[in-house]
Amino acid sequence: MDIKEGLCADIWQNQQKWQDTPMLEYDAPFQEFSRQPPQTQTLLPCNPSNQTNKVQDWDPSAMLNNLSFLEQKIHQLQDLVHLIVGRRGQVLGRSNELVAQQQQLITADLTSIIVQLISTAGSLLPSVKQTLSAAPPSFGQFGVQFPPVGVQQHNTSNQINCRTEQNHPVEEHESKDEEDADEGENLPPGSYEILQLEKEEILAPHTHFCTICGKGFKRDANLRMHMRGHGDEYKSPAALAKPHKESGPEPMLIKRYSCPYGGCKRNKEHKKFQPLKTILCVKNHYKRTHCDKSYICSRCNTKKFSVIADLKTHEKHCGKDKWLCSCGTTFSRKDKLFGHISLFQGHTPAIPLDEHKGLTGASDRREGNEATSTVGSINFNFGPNASMGTGMPTDMDAKGSTDDPTGFFSPMNFDTCTFEGGFNEFPRPPFDDTESTFSFLIPGSCNYSPKTGGDMGLNALK
Amino acid sequence: MKNQKQQRISQTTNHFDLLSEEIVFTILDLLGENPIDKKSFSLACKSFYVIESKHRKNLRPLRQEPLSGILTRYPNITHLDLGLCPRVTDSSLTTISNLCESTLRSIDLSRSVAFTGSGLLRLAVNCRNLVEIDVSNATNLKDAGAAALAEAKNLEKLWMGRCKLVTDMGVGCIAVGCKNLKLISLKWCLGVGDFGVGLIAVKCKEIRSLDLSYLPITDKCLPSILKLQHLEDLVLEGCFGIDDDSFAALKHGCKSLKALDMSSCQNISYLGLSSLTSGTGGLQQLTLAYGSPVTLALADGLKKLSMLQSIKLDGCVVTCAGLKAIGNLCVSLTELSLSKCLGVTDEGLSSVVTKHRELRRLDITCCREITDVSIAHITNSCTNLTSLRMESCTLVPREAFVLIGQRCPILEELDLTDNEIDDEGLKSISRCPNLSVLKLGICLNITDEGLTHVGMGCPKLAELDLYRSVEITDSGVSAIACGCPNLEMVNIAYCKDITDSSLMSLSKCSRLNTFESRGCPLITSLGLAAIAVRCRQLAKLDIKKCHNVNDVGMLPLAHFSQNLRQINLSYSSVTDVGLLSLASISCLQSLTILHVKGLTPSGLAAALLACGGLTKVKLQASFKYLLPQPLLKYLEARGCVLHWRDKVFQAELDPKCWKLQLEDMVP
Repeated sequence: MDIKEGLCADIWQNQQKWQDTPMLEYDAPFQEFSRQPPQTQTLLPCNPSNQTNKVQDWDPSAMLNNLSFLEQKIHQLQDLVHLIVGRRGQVLGRSNELVAQQQQLITADLTSIIVQLISTAGSLLPSVKQTLSAAPPSFGQFGVQFPPVGVQQHNTSNQINCRTEQNHPVEEHESKDEEDADEGENLPPGSYEILQLEKEEILAPHTHFCTICGKGFKRDANLRMHMRGHGDEYKSPAALAKPHKESGPEPMLIKRYSCPYGGCKRNKEHKKFQPLKTILCVKNHYKRTHCDKSYICSRCNTKKFSVIADLKTHEKHCGKDKWLCSCGTTFSRKDKLFGHISLFQGHTPAIPLDEHKGLTGASDRREGNEATSTVGSINFNFGPNASMGTGMPTDMDAKGSTDDPTGFFSPMNFDTCTFEGGFNEFPRPPFDDTESTFSFLIPGSCNYSPKTGGDMGLNALK
Repeated sequence: MKNQKQQRISQTTNHFDLLSEEIVFTILDLLGENPIDKKSFSLACKSFYVIESKHRKNLRPLRQEPLSGILTRYPNITHLDLGLCPRVTDSSLTTISNLCESTLRSIDLSRSVAFTGSGLLRLAVNCRNLVEIDVSNATNLKDAGAAALAEAKNLEKLWMGRCKLVTDMGVGCIAVGCKNLKLISLKWCLGVGDFGVGLIAVKCKEIRSLDLSYLPITDKCLPSILKLQHLEDLVLEGCFGIDDDSFAALKHGCKSLKALDMSSCQNISYLGLSSLTSGTGGLQQLTLAYGSPVTLALADGLKKLSMLQSIKLDGCVVTCAGLKAIGNLCVSLTELSLSKCLGVTDEGLSSVVTKHRELRRLDITCCREITDVSIAHITNSCTNLTSLRMESCTLVPREAFVLIGQRCPILEELDLTDNEIDDEGLKSISRCPNLSVLKLGICLNITDEGLTHVGMGCPKLAELDLYRSVEITDSGVSAIACGCPNLEMVNIAYCKDITDSSLMSLSKCSRLNTFESRGCPLITSLGLAAIAVRCRQLAKLDIKKCHNVNDVGMLPLAHFSQNLRQINLSYSSVTDVGLLSLASISCLQSLTILHVKGLTPSGLAAALLACGGLTKVKLQASFKYLLPQPLLKYLEARGCVLHWRDKVFQAELDPKCWKLQLEDMVP
């Protein structure tokens, strides 16, 4: 990850924190808020006594605190705007989206400041106070809580996030993530941090990833060594020790990932960008969408996969997929097949060949069965023609086939010529291949052969 | 015809040579539906033979063997009905597809199980203009066969009733292949479910008529069915997977729907009906037979149907309030069926019929609680009735039937089976000059006198049922035979006093095609011979328990009744000779020979072998091991089904005693 990206992430991170607070204050119940950052509080040098205090009547010192916090916040916003102005020069090449995002970010920050101002003022009103007294934390407390978050964000918040992230997601990564799992979640743009791994990182066989820069490692120990580079807080013996599971709190930051492939919907530059939820999602997405499918199913020799887990999943069902479409697609479930067919024009359910064989077996013709095994049971009466027919394009003139000497071959000759294949000068349609596993009866692929056969029969009669 | 012939003979030059082929075609067009007329036309001369061959469009052969010859003779066949052929094979279908090619538009293969997908495929591909295919009862047809049908791209009508092995996959192929389908019947295709039906609804937008009876479908495919823009006729009989909730979820009904059949849908109550009817304002016919009780709530659900003309509630439990609510519908019904409904009372029925004065058809079969009050109301209000069926309305007294004849003069069909009607009633009914179907079975109070009135007043009578009306004798039947020359169907079973004289008078009815005289011990071969000689169109004959009919009766039958398709000879005195002579009737398909004492295994074997067209033979189980096994196999391979019966010999009961037994059974 280059510097730019890091910076970018940093900005997002800032923004994230700013926006988080008001969101929680208004959207979530108060209880949730009070429960949320116990760890933050212990780490932060805020006034601990305030935390436990019951609501006081108007507390001037708390108010002062709040106001100074707001002042700081405004300053920070000012800095941020400065930073953006400064970066304008460098990032001329950047797209409009980024500019828009920055604008959005500033607006969000301003909104949060205004909201906090109002809430601070609101704590003075007796009516509001009374309703609030029912809920454990007061606005006064909120006010007190905020400053540290804002002030110390560059140092502490990173630490918090990294720790919590590191602690909890191990299991989640092990379970097989679907990249579309986050389809339903509708995070507003800017409410999360976006990380983008490079192609090489994604394709590297790593299992441990840095939650700050996304770099991958084969071993967790190496990751922990890497983390030292992100700040002094990672150098503590606790951070370097083997992580053990603790019932850590929810991480403050929501992280989402971007696909490095330009133009991809999962790429953050995309207009309708849909972020990926986890690093594993990124890996699977990238491999499935932008890489060659190098794993071939050993059973059917047809299905290809780029993610080995997908291959394994497929191999479990391969051969059991009995729902076939005329386009060659197989489905393990009937409803999927019928959904597919109703979606596409011209696709039709394909009846497996073995059933067809059994069916003609019921008829009293021996040649019928032979013909079935070679050309899908069409035209068994006119064996020689059938081989012509299936090899012929649809608009082939029937007379042409009757003039052809192959039309007068005995069934024996016909069999050999069909199997050798070289006899036929016309290109064979793909489904004519007797060796292929897809040699089921395709109604669409055989509509011409019987016609020629029929004409042939008529001529023979005359 | 005769005049034409005479004309030709009288003149030396043939005037018909001056007529162009087109003009003769027009003449042929005007010839009636009766196939015998066309046959005699074609036999007039060579040129007529050729012209008739070119003119003929429809063909209904009895056997498939001569198909190639027939189809060469008739090059312009558009409709080929093989419904009478028990085993249409793939090779026959190949012959048809080669000879008919694109002229063929319609083919009926129902009742055949021998063909497979490959034959159908040949047909579908060679006969490009096929628009109608009937493969009903093709119980061996699998998905591959259905896929073959899907190759008939222009198909508009497809009947697949009882194709039990076809699944969603096959129907899916049809849905994709036959885009122009307007009618499809999937009745009893038990392998077809939501997916297949849903795909039909998605892909075939032209569907007008859809029969989904007894399919295991659920609410999943209902929305797409009801989205069909042109759907007019929907049959959901016996769809147990559909319930009230299925309809409750529907947001829009099918506006084009005209006829809906939801018989035997036990899971649909008035709630489902109400939510369905709210979106289908154009419904004209509604059938809810054997469904949930007809209550006030259900009838209220019908209020939104402003176009309703016909309601059939057969076999439902009916409440008085429900009937009254139906009476209060703002529409005027033309057809109402309450056949076998429980709970139909005078009060309820009267309130319905007094409001719907335009009723043309009324069915109150087995409404055992109604009395003369109902009949008085019916006849008072519904004077336009053309069809009244009231079998077994046992509480209706004999006086009430007089009202029917007095007030319903345009009746065409009247079913009075098992009623108290007497001669006065019949006299009154004889005032209906249009009467063509009259059923008087088990009417023990009627005698020849009443029947004579009918014979004089109802010249259009085509169907007369006198089953077990034991007071009837020869004079009554003879009066009918004289007055009703159009009689086609007569049943005088168990009228024990009937003799040969009745048969001789009936032989005047040249259109007679169905005759049943079971249990008439006085009938002999002489009477039967008279029928056989003069009623050349006789197709069904039942002379069970006519003990005095013997081989002498069979010989004229074999010689003259070349259209005979079905015969029951049980308990008769026919022997091997008579049976063997019947083998010359090439049409004969169904034969019942239980308790025919004169039959020997070898004679029976010879007869079965000789009757090439037999499709169904009912015979005594004791013959099963007396007949050579290869013969049985051969018969089955030919498409003949043998029904082995092991009934004990039944002596005839006294007719009155039989009636008493019947009454005991009725609750």
